[in-house]
Amino acid sequence: MRNSLAVTAPPASGPPIDPGSVAGGPRRHRDDRRVAWLFLAPVLVGFAVFYLYPTVRGVWYSLTDYSLLNTPSYVGADNYTKLISDAQFWTSLRITGYYVLVNIGTQTLLALGLAALMHRLTRSVVLRATLLLPWLVPNVTVGLLWMWMLDTNLGFVNHLLSAIGGEPQGFLQNSDLAMPSIALINTWAYTGYTALLLYAGMLQIPPHLYESASLDGAGEFRMFRRITLPLLRPILALVLVVSLIGSFQIFDTVAVTEKVVPVGATRVIYLYIYKQAFTYFHMGYAAAVAMALVLILGLLTAVQMWLLRASRSDLT
Amino acid sequence: MTRRFRPGRLLAWTLLIVFIVVTILPFYWMVRTALTPAADIYADSSGIVPKHPTMINFWRVLGLVDEQKARDAGGSGAKINFLRYTLNSIIYSGLIAGVQTFCCAMAGYAFARLRFPGRDLLFGVVVAALMVPPIFTLLPNFSLVRSLGAIDTFAGMVAPTLLMTPFAVFFLRQFFLSVPAEVEEAATIDGAGRWGIFWRVILPMSRGPLITIGLTTSVWAWKDYLWPLLVGRGEDNRVLTVALGVFLQQSPNTQPDWTGLMAASTLSVLPVLLLLIFLGKRLVQSLNFTGIK
Repeated sequence: MRNSLAVTAPPASGPPIDPGSVAGGPRRHRDDRRVAWLFLAPVLVGFAVFYLYPTVRGVWYSLTDYSLLNTPSYVGADNYTKLISDAQFWTSLRITGYYVLVNIGTQTLLALGLAALMHRLTRSVVLRATLLLPWLVPNVTVGLLWMWMLDTNLGFVNHLLSAIGGEPQGFLQNSDLAMPSIALINTWAYTGYTALLLYAGMLQIPPHLYESASLDGAGEFRMFRRITLPLLRPILALVLVVSLIGSFQIFDTVAVTEKVVPVGATRVIYLYIYKQAFTYFHMGYAAAVAMALVLILGLLTAVQMWLLRASRSDLT
Repeated sequence: MTRRFRPGRLLAWTLLIVFIVVTILPFYWMVRTALTPAADIYADSSGIVPKHPTMINFWRVLGLVDEQKARDAGGSGAKINFLRYTLNSIIYSGLIAGVQTFCCAMAGYAFARLRFPGRDLLFGVVVAALMVPPIFTLLPNFSLVRSLGAIDTFAGMVAPTLLMTPFAVFFLRQFFLSVPAEVEEAATIDGAGRWGIFWRVILPMSRGPLITIGLTTSVWAWKDYLWPLLVGRGEDNRVLTVALGVFLQQSPNTQPDWTGLMAASTLSVLPVLLLLIFLGKRLVQSLNFTGIK
C-alpha cells in the first residue's frame, strides 16, 4: 500500500520523475526494511530457536558435565581429553570409515555405470522414477526389508545361494559380514538416486561430441573414457563429496538392525553419540564426540564448497 | 556400423535390466511375504505368488481384526495400529512440508529481492548452518523440548523443522534470484505493495520450485526416524518409521513376525509409490538441482 501511494502520487514538491528509479529508490529502501522483517519473521524464529541457539549450546555442553537431569557444570576440556583416550570412540570412527569406504566405493562405481548406461540408451522417465524408488523409502523400511531378504533360514538371498550350491550365511549375524552387508544395503538404497544426479550431469555434455567421436569410429568404452568421464569430473567430484557427507551420518539402518548384529560390530559414530547421550545420559561427552564429527564434516564441506566453485566455472 | 554395435547394445540393455530387477526385487519379495499366511512362510518360499494369498497380515497390522484373530495369524498379541501410525506420518510430513515451504518462500524472497541492512550477513549465517550435522543440534534441541515438557507431543515432534531448514531457504532464494526484476517492476507500477507482489505475482509463477521443495521436504519428513524416535515414541504420536522399529523390537528374535513386518513395511512404501506414480516426472526432473546442495 505504501508503495502504491508512492507510485500513484509522486511527491508534490519537485518535478515528476520516473517512480521506478529515483523517487522510488530511497523510499523503497525504507519500506523494505520494515516489510522484510515480516517476510523473515517465521524463518528467523525457527532458525534462532532450533539452529543457532542449539549450536551454541552444543559447544557449551561439550565443555560440561551434563546428564539431562542436572544443570551442566563446566569441566573445561575434560570431555576432549577423555575423547582422545577413548578406545570406543576410535573404534567407532574406524567402523564408520570402513562403512563409508565400502558404501561410497560401490555406490559411486555402480551409479556411474548405471548413469552411463541410461545416458547412452534411453531417456525414459518411467525408468528413472523406478530407480528412484529405494531412495524414497524410509531407511528403517530398507533395513527391515533387507533383514528379511538376508534372513539366515528363510531369506531370499540365502534361497538363491542354496540354489547355486552355496552355504546359507547369517549375513548380519556374522561380525565380519555385518558392516559390509549394511554398507551394501545402503548402496542398494542410494545407487539409483546417485545415478540420476550423475545422469543429469551427463545430459549437460553436448551430444555432438559423441556424434563426431562415433563418426571417427570410437567405441562406447573409448567415448566414456575420453568424453564422459573428463567432462563429468566436476559433477562427479561434487556428488562424491555430498554422498560422503551423507554416508558419514549413517544411523537408521544401523539402529534398526542392531537387534540382530553382534554387539558393537556396527557401532558407527552416530550410534555412539546416540548411545552416549540417550542410553548413558552423558550429554556433555556426546556433545564432544559430536564436535569431532562437526570437524570431519566441516573439512568435507570445505572441499565441497571449493569443488562447487570449481564446477561452476567449468560447466556454466 | 549398427550391426557392429548390436552385441554391445544387447549387453548394455541386459545390464540396465539387471539394475532394475535388483531395484524392484526386494519390494516384490516384501509384498509377496505380506500376502503369505504366517503358517506358510517355511513351506511356501518359491513361486511368483503365494499359494494361499491373504490380506490378513494387512488387516491385523492395521488393527482391524480382534486380538485372537491377529494372534492366530502370527501376531505376538501386542497392540499395533498401523492405521494410526500411517495417518500420523501423513500429517507429520504434510504439515512440515506445507508450513516450511511457505515460510521459507517468504524468507527466500526477502533474501533475494528485498533491500535491508545486514541482509547478506544474515543469509550467510543461515546458510552456514548447513554445515552443522543434525546430530549436533539434536542433543540441545532434545534438552530444550524436554524442558518445555513437549516430549511425546506432536508439537515437540514438528517444532524444529516446521518453520524452516537452511536448505529450503537457500534453494528458494536461488530460484527467486532468477526471476526477472521486470516482473516485479511491472507490478509495482500497477500499484502493488511488496506483500501483494509476493502473493499475487511471485508465488503463482513459482509453482514448480515450490512443489519441488515441498515434495523433497515431505519425502525427507516421511523418512525421518531419529527425532521422532526420541520425541514421539508414545502410541498416539508414533509415526510409521518409529512404529516399524517398535514392531521389530516386540517381535521375538528367534522367530520374527515377518509376514506382519512386511505388511507394515508395505504400508510405508505405498504412499511414496503413489507419489512416484503421480509426480514422478517432476521429482525426477527436479533432481539435478535439489540433489546437489
